[in-house]
Amino acid sequence: MNQETAYEPEIFRLRGWRKWLRYTLLVILSVIFLAPVFWMISSSLKPEYQIFAIPPIWLPDPPRWANYQEALTSLPFGRFAINTLIIALGTVIGHLISCSIVAYGFARLQAPGKDFLFILLLSTLMLPYPVTMVPLYIIFSNLGWVNSFSPLIVPAFFGNAFYIFLLRQAFKQIPTELEDAAHMDGANFLQILRYVILPISTPALATVAIFSFQAAWNDFLAPLIFLHDQSKYTLQLGLSFFRGSYTVNWAYIMATSLVITLPVIVIFFLFQKAFIEGIGFTGTKL
Amino acid sequence: MAPNPRKRRETLAFYLSISPWLIGFCLLTLAPMLLSLYASFTDWDLLTAPVWVGGENYRQMLDDPRFIQSLKVTAIYTLIYVPFDLVGGLILAMLVRARLRGSSVFRTIFYLPTVFSGVAFVVVWMWMLNPRAGLVNLLLAEFGINGPRWLQDPNLALLSLVLMSFWGWGRSMVIFLAGLLSIPGELYEAASIDGASAWIQFWRLTIPLLTPTIFFNLVLSVIMTFQTFTSAFVATDGGPLDSTLFLVLYIYRQAFQFFNMGYAAALAWVLFLIIMILTLLLFRSQPFWVFYLGEGNNQ
Repeated sequence: MNQETAYEPEIFRLRGWRKWLRYTLLVILSVIFLAPVFWMISSSLKPEYQIFAIPPIWLPDPPRWANYQEALTSLPFGRFAINTLIIALGTVIGHLISCSIVAYGFARLQAPGKDFLFILLLSTLMLPYPVTMVPLYIIFSNLGWVNSFSPLIVPAFFGNAFYIFLLRQAFKQIPTELEDAAHMDGANFLQILRYVILPISTPALATVAIFSFQAAWNDFLAPLIFLHDQSKYTLQLGLSFFRGSYTVNWAYIMATSLVITLPVIVIFFLFQKAFIEGIGFTGTKL
Repeated sequence: MAPNPRKRRETLAFYLSISPWLIGFCLLTLAPMLLSLYASFTDWDLLTAPVWVGGENYRQMLDDPRFIQSLKVTAIYTLIYVPFDLVGGLILAMLVRARLRGSSVFRTIFYLPTVFSGVAFVVVWMWMLNPRAGLVNLLLAEFGINGPRWLQDPNLALLSLVLMSFWGWGRSMVIFLAGLLSIPGELYEAASIDGASAWIQFWRLTIPLLTPTIFFNLVLSVIMTFQTFTSAFVATDGGPLDSTLFLVLYIYRQAFQFFNMGYAAALAWVLFLIIMILTLLLFRSQPFWVFYLGEGNNQ
């Protein structure tokens, strides 16, 4: 899909002053996009008196590394990190298992009612979480699940429309010859999925894993509703709670924001292609 | 109708394979929606049994100034945010689509901020827009401009939330980029031979062929704005003077701060209906402006 076409259109092929104009624009925009990151890092290293100093101090002098240690120990952020990791990993495992099984059915198996069910699946994409959060809270509180990780992890084992759609598109591109051979040998669909489809679908599975991890890691509304004890908090809840206490200095908040985003930044740089192409891939057709 | 055993086995396998989603749909979507429909006709604080009140919750909305305000805030935000996001994402995509040395570096720079979704994104911008010591006002001061109070100004708070969202343009950029790359180069070649200028090519070729991608981003963008919560909850708590009281924030308050589950359920149903109608209208509008290459005009 992403291979550059043989003829490179003139509006994308630039020479002379047009090229330099384009570069100038790109550089200016990059500076604007990176400015918040610069300001975060710079602020996170300032001693408290330099934060509101007039005239402003652009770079901390000297950088105060102790901010990081003080910020991260002022609330049990280690505990929050473990909680977040449990939820995020549970969610990823749940999505990978359930979505690949469901996607296989939609990609390969024929049955009456399939078209209707596929449209139903796609229409749930338009159903945002806030619409069901009130009744889900009622249901989960009757199950005694409030203040536990279950309301955040268990639903992942029942699939997710977006990831099912993404995997179905990927499975559909695999030639059927391999499966036909497995069929002849009497393999059932779970075996075909496990031994034929999944091993050659790792890029799509990685994309789903990354999206699912990032979404769970950054989720705020669901943890806010379901987790009440501070010992159960996720990093996002911890940061929000931290921000809400007025005595906290901004250097600490910036340090915390950076640290809790770091895992996603690292994953982003490791799997950049999956990120950028994966999301683009979904947009080619609705 | 003679049952074909092979077909029957395949049907069984299909329903088995989709059963996780189907069960999940029934238990985590359908049942909750029905429960919430029932709840929306009751008075329910979760501690005592629900009391049937008929359409009272829905009637109450019409006299609830804060509900009206939350609708207004959400609508205005959507009207400004969606074009802002689409135009911004498209401009970035056009810029990084060019075959220039370093294009991939720029792609990375523009996409990077989207990993800061959630609370961190909001908190960074609260600090950037801090009236006294935020980078934005400090830079304005360098030019002798007295910066506004941004998120703390009732007239500017909502606009500030839109402005800071530019930092997330990378998401729509990558989708537009995929769309741009899928346009066959031969079409541009033909247009060039016919003597069409770059400007004409952009409006007569790029934009029409990009309409499916624009449509996809439009739907995504609209649905996203209707669930705006984190930025309002963390940055402004709906204020100042309810100027950022989004519908979802209002539902959250009714449900989880006042425990008016019945009223909250009714509000959530209204949110659901609005999103349903909007997406339906968007899909219905497709034949008039969305052009699918090589497939006639069916969706």
